Amino acid sequence: MSRAIRLPLPKSMRELFDAPPTPGVLGVFSHLDAILDAIKKLRAAGHTDFTVYSPIPRHEIEDALGQPVSPVRMFTLIGGIAGCSIGAWLSLWMSGDWPLVVGGKPILSIPPYVVIMFEMTILFGALTTILGILLNSLFAARRLGTIQYDPRFTNDKFGIFVPAGSDKAAGVETLLRGAGADEVRRG
Amino acid sequence: MAEQQTPGTSSRVTYDYVTRTIARTLGGPSRGYFVLLGAAVALLLVGIITLLYLLRYGLGLAGYSHPVYWAVFITCFVFWVGIAHSGTLISAILFLFRSGWRTAVYRTAEAMTVFAVMTAGLFPLIHIGRQWYFYWLIPYPNERGLWPNFKSPLIWDEFAIGTYFTVSTVFLIMGLIPDVAAVRDLATGWRKKLYTITSLGWTGTNEQWRHYSKGYLYLAALATPLVLSVHSVVSWDFAMAIVPGWHATIFAPYFVAGAIYSGCAMVITLLTPIRKLFGLEELITVHHYENLAKLCLLTGSIVGYAYVCEYFIAWFSGNPHERAAFWYRAFGPYWWATWTMIICNAFLPLLLWVKKIRTNITALFVISIFVNIGMWFERYVIIVVSLAGEPYEPWANAVYNPTWADWGIMAGSFGWFFMWFLLFVKNFPAVSISEVKEVLAPPKRGQVRSR
Repeated sequence: MSRAIRLPLPKSMRELFDAPPTPGVLGVFSHLDAILDAIKKLRAAGHTDFTVYSPIPRHEIEDALGQPVSPVRMFTLIGGIAGCSIGAWLSLWMSGDWPLVVGGKPILSIPPYVVIMFEMTILFGALTTILGILLNSLFAARRLGTIQYDPRFTNDKFGIFVPAGSDKAAGVETLLRGAGADEVRRG
Repeated sequence: MAEQQTPGTSSRVTYDYVTRTIARTLGGPSRGYFVLLGAAVALLLVGIITLLYLLRYGLGLAGYSHPVYWAVFITCFVFWVGIAHSGTLISAILFLFRSGWRTAVYRTAEAMTVFAVMTAGLFPLIHIGRQWYFYWLIPYPNERGLWPNFKSPLIWDEFAIGTYFTVSTVFLIMGLIPDVAAVRDLATGWRKKLYTITSLGWTGTNEQWRHYSKGYLYLAALATPLVLSVHSVVSWDFAMAIVPGWHATIFAPYFVAGAIYSGCAMVITLLTPIRKLFGLEELITVHHYENLAKLCLLTGSIVGYAYVCEYFIAWFSGNPHERAAFWYRAFGPYWWATWTMIICNAFLPLLLWVKKIRTNITALFVISIFVNIGMWFERYVIIVVSLAGEPYEPWANAVYNPTWADWGIMAGSFGWFFMWFLLFVKNFPAVSISEVKEVLAPPKRGQVRSR
C-alpha cells in the first residue's frame, strides 16, 4: 500500500496560485458604451477596486478607469541597462582574461563589442519585460483574490466584477442593471 | 468570388464570428493536412538520413572543394534567417506603425519566424563538422581558461541569432496568451487542459491588459532594432572578410532588405494553403495579400537597386579584383545562378506594379515561390561564387558543385520547417483572435451588429 504524500505549499504560495474567493457582483455587458457608462457610475459611487473584463484592450476602458501607467516599463529599462552592462563585462573581461592578439590590434577594442552589448541589451530587456508582465499580473491577481469570471469574456462580452459584501451588493446590482448589463450575478 | 476588401466590411464578421472561425481551425485535421504533414516528415527523414551519413563519413560527402568551404549549408543558413525577418517586421515594426492589416497575418508570420530561426540554427551546427562540439561556440568557463574571440563576426552572429530566437519565441508566446485563453473557453477534452495551462490564467481583466499592452509595446520596440541588427550581423560574417564580392559596406542594408523581401514572399507562400485549408477567406482577404505584395515590391526594389550598386561600385572602384569577381559572377561558370537571382528578384516583382496581378492570389503565390528561389540563389551567388572565383589566388580557383549530401540536408531543412509550422497551425490559433477583433468596430448600443 502506498500512501500519497502531499507536500503543502507555503501559505503565501497557496494564496498566490489559489487565492480565496472574493464575494461580489458580476455584470455581463454586450456593448462597449454600456460598460463605459457602468465604469463612470461605479467611480462616481466611490468604487475603486472593481475589475473590468474585456476580450480586447480598448483605450476607452483604460481612460474611463484612469489607471496609472503600468510599471512594466521600469522592468524593461532596468533589464536593458543590465543587459548592456553584462555585454560590456562579457566582452571586455573575457578578452582581457585570454588575450588573443590578432594582427597587432588592441586587445580591448570597443567597436566590435558594441554588437555584443547591443544584443545583450535586447535579450535582457525582452526577458525582464516578460517577467514584469507576469509578476505585475500575478500581484494584481493576488490582491483581487479569486473573483467571478465568465468564459464569454474572451469571446464577445465585456464584464465588471465589483467586490461587495451582502450589505452593498443590492446597490451595485441596481447600478449595473441601470448601466445596461445583460446579466447580473451575485457570488 | 465575393472577396471583401477590408476586414470587418462583411456583416458576418463580428467578435463571435472571429473567435469561432479561428477556433474551428483547431478542429479535427482534414486529409489535405495529413498529406502536407506526411510530405514534410518524409523530407525531414531524408535530411536525418543524410545527417547520419555526414556524421559517419564526415563533411567530405558534401561538395566542399578548395577554396569553397562555405557553401550550400551556409547558403541555407542565410536563407532561413532571412525568411525569419519579415515575421518580426510584420509583428513588431508594423505594430509600432499601427498598421491595421497586420493583425490577420502576423501570427502566421511570427510562427514562421520562430521556426525559420530554428531551422537556420541547425546549419552552422551541421557545417562545423564535429557537431558534438557545438557548445564550444558559447562562452563558458572551461578547463583551458579559454574564451571566444569577441572581435569575430561569427561570435556576434551567435549572440545575434541566439537573442533573435529567444526574443521572437517569447514574442510569439506573449501574443498567443489571450488567444489561447479564448480558445480555452470554447474547448473540451485534452485541448481544454492544454490551453488552460498555456493560457497562464488569462481572463482579460483590466489589470492584465494594462501590463500586457505596455509590455507588448516594449517588446515590439525592442524587436524592431533587433530585426534590423540580426541580418546586418549575418551580412558582416561576409562583409568583414576581404573576399572580393563580400567586402562591401552596402551589405548590411542590402541583406536586411533581401531578408524582408524573401520573408514576405514566404508569408504569401504559407498563407495561401492555410487560408484555403482552414476556410479563413473572410479574415485573410485580398486586401492583406495586396499589402504583402506592396511590401515585396518595396523591398524587392531595394534589392534590385543594391544589385545595380554592387556592379556599379565594382566597376567604379577601379579595383581589378573586384571587377574580375563581378565579371566572373555574371559571365563565369555560374552565370545561370546569377541570372536566376537577378530575374527572380529584380525583374519578376516588377509585375507587382500592376494592380490586377497584385490582387490575384494565384499570381502572387506563383511569384512568391519564384522570389524564394531567387533569394536562395542570391545567397548561393554571394557565398559560393565569390569564393570559387577568388581571382587574387589563381592557383586556388575551383568550381564547386553541390552533392546529394548538400541537397539532402537542404530538403531536410524544408521538412523540419514545414513540420513545425503545420503542427503549430493545427494546435494554436494561426490568426490572432484578439488583434483581429481590435480592428473591428466595437459593439455599441442601438446597433444590430458590430458594425
